[in-house]
This record gives sequence, C-alpha cells and structure tokens, in this order.
Amino acid sequence: MKASPEGVLTGVHFMDGDHAACEGAIAAGCRFVAGYPITPSTEVVERFSVRIPTVGGMFIQMEDEIASSIAIQGAAWGGAKVMTVTSGPGLSLMMEHIGLAVMAEVPCVIVDVQRGGPSTGLPTLPAQADMMQVKWGSHGDYQIIALSPNSPQECFDLMIRAFNLSETWRCPVFMMMDEVVGHMVERVEIPPADQIEIVPRRWTTKKPSEYRAFEPGPDMVPDMAKAGDGYKLHITGLTHDERGYPAMNVPAQNRLVRRLSDKILKNRDKIVDVREDGCEDADIIVVSYGITSRVAGAAVEMARGLGLKVGSARMVVCWPFPDVEIARLSRKAKAIVVPELNLGQMVGEVERAACGDARVYLVDHAGGSVHEPERILETILQAARDAGLGFKTEAERS
Amino acid sequence: MNPTEIMVSDADEKDVDTSRVAPIENPVLSMLRQDRLPHIWCPGCGIGTVVNCFSRALMSSGHDMNNVAVVSGIGCTGRVAGYMNLDSFHTTHGRSIPFATGLRLANPGLKVVVFSGDGDLFAIGGNHFLHAARRNLDMLIVCVNNFTYGMTGGQVAPTTPLKSTQSTMPFGNFEPPMNLPFVADAAGASYVARWTVFHIRQLVRAMKEGMEHKGFSFIEIMSPCPTLYLRRNKLGDGVDQVRYFKEHSVLKNGANTQDVAITATDPIVVGTFVERERPTWLDSRNAQLTATLGDRFVPYGGQNVQK
Ligand SMILES: Cc1ncc(C[n+]2csc(CCOP(=O)(O)OP(=O)(O)O)c2C)c(N)n1
Ligand code: SF4
Ligand SMILES: [Mg+2]
Repeated sequence: MKASPEGVLTGVHFMDGDHAACEGAIAAGCRFVAGYPITPSTEVVERFSVRIPTVGGMFIQMEDEIASSIAIQGAAWGGAKVMTVTSGPGLSLMMEHIGLAVMAEVPCVIVDVQRGGPSTGLPTLPAQADMMQVKWGSHGDYQIIALSPNSPQECFDLMIRAFNLSETWRCPVFMMMDEVVGHMVERVEIPPADQIEIVPRRWTTKKPSEYRAFEPGPDMVPDMAKAGDGYKLHITGLTHDERGYPAMNVPAQNRLVRRLSDKILKNRDKIVDVREDGCEDADIIVVSYGITSRVAGAAVEMARGLGLKVGSARMVVCWPFPDVEIARLSRKAKAIVVPELNLGQMVGEVERAACGDARVYLVDHAGGSVHEPERILETILQAARDAGLGFKTEAERS
Repeated sequence: MNPTEIMVSDADEKDVDTSRVAPIENPVLSMLRQDRLPHIWCPGCGIGTVVNCFSRALMSSGHDMNNVAVVSGIGCTGRVAGYMNLDSFHTTHGRSIPFATGLRLANPGLKVVVFSGDGDLFAIGGNHFLHAARRNLDMLIVCVNNFTYGMTGGQVAPTTPLKSTQSTMPFGNFEPPMNLPFVADAAGASYVARWTVFHIRQLVRAMKEGMEHKGFSFIEIMSPCPTLYLRRNKLGDGVDQVRYFKEHSVLKNGANTQDVAITATDPIVVGTFVERERPTWLDSRNAQLTATLGDRFVPYGGQNVQK
C-alpha cells in the first residue's frame, strides 16, 4: 500500500542523516518512538518530538534505553509502528530486549548511530564497531536484519525499507548508521506519499476463536493481532507453542528457534541487497558498507586509474549476511579488500563466505574518523602485487 | 482437565445421582485460561489468592474484558499474566512497567494492570517504577510482596525483613528493607494501598478502586511464600502466615506512608494511604500541546496501522 500523506515532507531538502532518518520513519508510518538521548543519535528523537504532535503520534523520553527498547514493544502490541534510537552504550543496554523482540516476533526498528567504543569511547566520532553486537549481542540463537545507509538520502530511503522489512518478517530491524552519516548534510529528496510503498502490519483475518498467535504462514511468519481486539493474546519471552503458551521442552524449543532463524535465512533472497559496480571482470573487489563505502569508492577510482581491474560491492543489507553473493564474487576475483571502521568484524563473514577462493584483506580502523582513501588504495595495491597483477604507480606513469 | 471433573472425580458414580448434584465450578474460572491449568504455584502460596481477588475485581468491575490487559515481569508473580484470560504479556525481569507504558500510550483505550513481584518491581525494575509514578501514567500496579525472590529459590529481596535468612543472606539479612508505599507516595503515585492476602474483600475493593482511579495506582499485597521464605525462617506454613497477617494488621486509611514500614515488632499497617487527583501523563501532554500548538496539534487516538 502507499504511505499515508500525513507527515510526508515531499520535496527537496538539505538535511543531515539523523533528520532524514526521522523523516523516513514518519513517512513509513512510525507513530510511536521511545528513546533516551545519546550522541550522535539524539537529533533523530529531537526531530521526532517536534514533528509528531502535528502528525498524530506519540513520543516519550524514557528513563533509559532498557525502558525505551521495551516500551516500543508494548506499543507494537498496542498496534503502533515503532522505533527506538540509540548509540553504542544504549545499544548495549538494549540487548535483552532485542532477544524479546526476536522471540515474541515484534516488528520494530532500532536505529544505531555508531560511535567509537568500547564503553563511552568517542561519543562524537564515527565507528562501525557494533556490527557484530547487533547480530550476536543478545543471548541465544537468532537472526535479525541490519541495513547500512551511506548518505542522508539513504537514511530516508532505507528507513522506509527497514519498517517494511520489520513488518514483513516480524523481527527487529537495525539501521546501522554512524556519526558521519548521521551528521553530514546533503540533498535529500522526499517523494510524494503516493510513490512510497509501505508494508502494512500483517493483521490476522481470523476470528479470535480460530486464531493462534504463533501459527506461521507459508512464509514462516505468523500474522499478528493487537491488544484490545478480543484475541486474548498471551505473549511471553519463554519458549512457547503456536498458541503462545509456555512450552519448555526440547521439541518446542527446536521448532520455535529454528523457525525464528529460518524465516530470515530461507527468505534471505528477498532481503539481501548488494550493489555491485564493475565486478564482472574484476581481479580485486572492494567489499564495503555504510560510510566506508564512500571512501572505498574513491580508492577504487584511484586503483582503476592505475590500470587495475577493481570492482566494488556494497552491502546495503549486512544481516542476513550476503554470503551467496560474496561467494560468487570470490570465485571470480583473486582478492577481496574489506575496509571497515573497526578492527575486523564483517571481514570475518567475508572470509567465511569466500572460503579460500579469493584472498581476503582487511583495512581496519580503530574509529574516530573515516579511512583515508590512500590506505584502502595501499591494500588494493598490496593485493595486486600478491596476486601478480601488473599496474603502474603514479610515479611510473608520470 | 476441566476442574469440575477434578472436584467430583472421587465420587463413585454408581452411588451418586450426579444429575442431582449442582456442578461445582470455581466462580472465577471464566477469568482464567482453563487450558493452562493446573498452575505452577506451590500449595499455600498467596499468589493464587491474589489472582482470585483480581478475577473477582474484574468480574464486578463492569469492564469489557477485551479492553483489559495484564503485563507481568518475571518471577512466580510474573506468571500471573499467563493464567489470566485477557490480553496478557509476560515480559522481562523488571521491565513490565516500561512495556505497559508503551502498550497504554499506543492503545489509550486499554486498562493496563501490571502484576509483578517485589524483586521485579523494586530491585531490577525500581527505576522504572519511580518514573512511571512521577509521570502518573494511568495504570494499576499490583505488587505481590512475599519478601523474597521466589522464582529463583529464595534469595534476599529489597523487601526481606532484617535478620531473616535467605539463600544469599545465609547469616541473617543486614540490609534495611524498602517501605514500598512510602517510595510510591514520594515518587508521585496517586493511589497507594497495602493489604495482605487475609484481607480479600478489601483487596477486591482496592483493585477495583485502583483500576478506576485515573493515574498511577499502586497496591502492595503481603503474601506468604511458604516454600522459600517461611520455611527457611521457621515461620510455619501459608495458613500460619495468613493468621499472623490477621492478628497483626491494623487498619489506618490515610496513614502517613513514612510510618508504614514493615518491622519485626510493629503491627502491619494496612489501608488506603494515598488518593490524590493529579493529571495523568497523557492528559498533561494533551493539555500542553493544545496550549502551545492550538489547532495544529493532532492528538494520538491509537493506531490501527492502516488496518
Ligand atoms: C535479567 C534477569 N536477571 C535475573 C533473572 C532471574 N530471576 C527470575 S525471577 C527473579 C526474582 C523474582 O523475585 P520477585 O520479583 O520478588 O518475584 P517472586 O518470584 O518472588 O514472585 C530473578 C532474579 C531474570 N529472569 N532476568
Ligand atoms: S516459591 Fe513461593 S512465591 Fe513461588 S509459587 Fe512457591 S510459594 Fe509461591
Ligand atoms: Mg518476591
């Protein structure tokens, strides 16, 4: 269905990624946000608190991120499309409730504007060091979805996709921004509401007497009902059966936990998004995501200028990890270069998918700024030398 | 199993003309998820009595049961959500109140009742309690105070009386317990009461009052945990504890909450301590935004997410 026009700021704007993310959420139909201030994400909730009273929605600043991350789940069962927004320390506090949202299949969007860590780290400076935490930080086995925008425009566009994915697959969806994307100001075009495709909540059409809250549909996802509609829901974080009743035994655990993972992994083709450029005949492929993909783009151009066949593959969706795509690329290329704003997180996944078919190089960074393109270029050139590829350096060419 | 069957199953059907025996049915059965019985609580536990009182309060409240939701944290008391035949949410330890906050604000037509234990609401969840009371969020909080962490096997709780032993206070508790009504009052709760599981009539009435009261209502219910608190402290069984509650309680409506701490020597003060009118969070929000934004303010009427 199309977005409802209330609150859609159609037009061309100059705004930063935090503000654009907020506009994306409003356009996607988000009407309930609970948050707690934390740099560099605060602008998202500040804007929402200004905007939502004239759109018809709810904002509450909770007492902490533990509260925010469960208040949104209460609101989702109350019928709202919901979001919370945070950065590293707050994300750490939310971990238990990510598990609850996975277990109870609560559609919700969690924005993480990443900053340098561990601990209080670098509050005002960027990192991409929460990539593993969103996937593995809560206890137990589970799958989530994580998107990685690289511009304010994408903060808007991907926010709509984030809500649509969370409604489709009934799981927490993360917007993995970073301080630079959050604070950079660029042109953001917001389309008319009737050009924004929105996934409505999967409300059940069954009568209360026929409805089972966790009976999966053909896509492995159950339809939802909300409190107050006579369904007498029982929702628990305990392992449960299709009625939602606690069922603490091995078969019930096996059935539920596998389905929660499979609904994401077996539908991964409908979720993953890798943008490839010049990969067809590339010897070296730079795999990147988020803000680092923009710096990587400059390094790729420089390397091509030196006569190397370098491709670029950008993971717009980082989780579920695009392992099929990376495996395909690594069978064709000799080397894969992975720059990321951490000491090596997604690179491990790339290595796992490449499975030795291509040699994988990490360009790490402890955080606090983006990479210098020259550092990525250096690693590309090293990969070229290791692979016996010929190229001319700047000095040789001039 | 149908509980009616349990009641008559001992009778020899040949000797009894069952058509002449009035069916025995627990009068609150319709309030419970019968397909989840029997429940997990120990014999002599006070939680069942509290559930019974809550069911009676609901039945006589006149509310549409489709519009009442129960939210629990984790613990023996936290399991209440699982047995009520209502929209019911068994959330995480200590976080029932923020969950209830979201539920209530996103769906303003709901009556939201939080049911949880003393440890859940006042140790791990203490900060949420303070802020929900301060905000005067419109919800009823029912706290079953059994002076212990029942679910995890009887560890010291923020309510454990001085000198009592608990598995993690094996040589006697030296931490002063919290006076829950005083905390609720100080934080801004607009209805505060304490009863024990002996006071079933008063409790039913208080639960109805708490649900009708506009704002943050708090009821502390002193309740026996024979398995882990009473036995360890050689205080007898559940019945002994209820007798103790009966003999040692004094009614003091309007008592200064500072004076109602539970001690080893003083009588247990019960009653309605606080009843005050104060705008709820939602009313304050609507008033403030109307005053500042005028016609531009679009009140949130609940969202059906494009249903
Ligand atoms: C985050 C977290 N920490 C600890 C626990 C273990 N736990 C479960 S119930 C409980 C205490 C329950 O005590 P109380 O709230 O008084 O409820 P009761 O069982 O006495 O009714 C604890 C510590 C948990 N489930 N989650
Ligand atoms: S352990 Fe205590 S509180 Fe828990 S069910 Fe048994 S008696 Fe009740
Ligand atoms: Mg307890």
